[in-house]
Amino acid sequence: MALEKSLETGDGQEKVRKQTAVYVYEAPLRLWHWVTALSIVVLGVTGYFIGAPLPTMPGEAMDNYLMGYIRFAHFAAGYVLAIGFVGRVYWAFVGNHHARELFLVPVHRKAWWKELWHEVRWYLFLEKVPKKYIGHNPLGQLAMFCFFVVGAVFMSVTGFALYAEGLGQGSWADRLFGWVIPLFGQSQDVHTWHHLGMWYLIVFVMIHVYLAVREDIVSRQSLISTMVGGWRMFKDDRPD
Amino acid sequence: MSQLETFYDVMRRQGITRRSFLKYCSLTAAALGLGPTFAPQIAHAMETRPRTPVLWLHGLECTCCSESFIRSAHPLVKDVVLSMISLDYDDTLMAAAGHQAEAALEETMRKYKGEYILAVEGNPPLNEDGMFCIVGGKPFLDQLKHAAKDAKAVIAWGSCASWGCVQAAKPNPTQAVPIHKVITDKPIIKVPGCPPIAEVMTGVITYMLTFGKLPELDRQGRPKMFYGQRIHDKCYRRPHFDAGQFVEHWDDEGARKGYCLYKVGCKGPTSYNACSTVRWNEGTSFPIQAGHGCIGCSEDGFWDKGSFYERLTTIPQFGIEKNADQIGAAVAGGVGAAIAAHAAVTAIKRLQNKGDQA
Repeated sequence: MALEKSLETGDGQEKVRKQTAVYVYEAPLRLWHWVTALSIVVLGVTGYFIGAPLPTMPGEAMDNYLMGYIRFAHFAAGYVLAIGFVGRVYWAFVGNHHARELFLVPVHRKAWWKELWHEVRWYLFLEKVPKKYIGHNPLGQLAMFCFFVVGAVFMSVTGFALYAEGLGQGSWADRLFGWVIPLFGQSQDVHTWHHLGMWYLIVFVMIHVYLAVREDIVSRQSLISTMVGGWRMFKDDRPD
Repeated sequence: MSQLETFYDVMRRQGITRRSFLKYCSLTAAALGLGPTFAPQIAHAMETRPRTPVLWLHGLECTCCSESFIRSAHPLVKDVVLSMISLDYDDTLMAAAGHQAEAALEETMRKYKGEYILAVEGNPPLNEDGMFCIVGGKPFLDQLKHAAKDAKAVIAWGSCASWGCVQAAKPNPTQAVPIHKVITDKPIIKVPGCPPIAEVMTGVITYMLTFGKLPELDRQGRPKMFYGQRIHDKCYRRPHFDAGQFVEHWDDEGARKGYCLYKVGCKGPTSYNACSTVRWNEGTSFPIQAGHGCIGCSEDGFWDKGSFYERLTTIPQFGIEKNADQIGAAVAGGVGAAIAAHAAVTAIKRLQNKGDQA
């Protein structure tokens, strides 16, 4: 698919540049992305304040329920993240082939490794011209898998294991995730790893947001608008 | 020798009326968290079941479990030791000593093969062929394996036998291990705590003798009736936690008002025990009620999890100890700085390129 677009340059001289656009992210996937982004923000903030609570509330205990609300928000957002993730796995099966990129990293392909190296060099300012990608670039794809997929699964599993402690023995969460606690040693160890996981995802979000903004500006394709509207726009007509 | 006396026989012989006996059965049912319909079952079991012999071994330990046990109020330990069980061997509580004591052990093992309960306080050190703990001239490891061979079930008293406790804390020079590393072919009931609550200890024994089976255990082998919930779940200070009211320092207003001890490192939210319900010393108090956070003494490896006043495990790296949040914040800061630097270089490069094009 291609569409023509006329762009005006600063000095008034009119140039016609051809922009190619490809429909990459389907609507459910885009919705999932932003819902997950919101839930991660809620989880990060509330999770931090569960670990290091705010200063003591004045008044009687019966007039306050701050920790209760914070924990409720955390658990609710945790459910949203986990159920959304399950939906995202489903979408990998029924969506277009870009929907599978998050889960299937083509480590068996030699060309993929070559492009990965190119991408590393691009980020190290050793390449002058970036390549064009319809989906993720290889480095981005690898990072999405290692940070987001692994991180989200780890946080969901440890999170629901800790949640099961409150629900009690024999609850659904205990039956599904209760085995995690003895695996790590004891409850305190799971708490510690869950904290480390939070920082892992915070680092992911920082890098993810920075690179999305940066690539949107300096690369040859659109990024942020693609996750809003679904279309990948290319800024030039040159091949590759 | 004729058949061993039943519990009921012993109680009647001690001048206890049938009315008192039935009362006792109802109280026991209540103490075990069972409904009133279980009282007749308990009575029936006690009238028909012969007293069960219990062998109580002591490995590497501090005897705090025994000290706790003899302070049990419901049921009184006197009832447990004298009426309910037949404590045939316990080198700290028995009258016999030396060869006589060891002979009693052998005799019970022979006579009640596959029928007796083995209770283990403390744990075996494996290093130097077990020479760090000698009982009756032989390594405790040998005695433990020998006595466990024909036992019906094994009770692991306290955190030592259940998890390893202080003698298994890093660097564990004697290689002390919890008993389930040595006894692998018998059901083991873990009753952790340093020490466990007296009523929990006698409660577990009473249950086993009354019903002739193990209490329901959780994934890690602890009786659900006493270790099914965390201290935090039944803590009387829980409303202050939910309200967000915390003790910030040991001498602040919150401490005087009895606020939640979460911020000063209470391990209640990660510790499975019955302290906040059964409490200690005839239900008088427990650490949190006394104003100090729980240190999680019934949890696996509680000595090696860093400070008793921090809720996060200390993570050792390069000799500097930090907790998860400190490490995470440092990494996030580093990544933030790297992003800023990368963005700056990107901007400069872009300006240069623009210059080239012009």
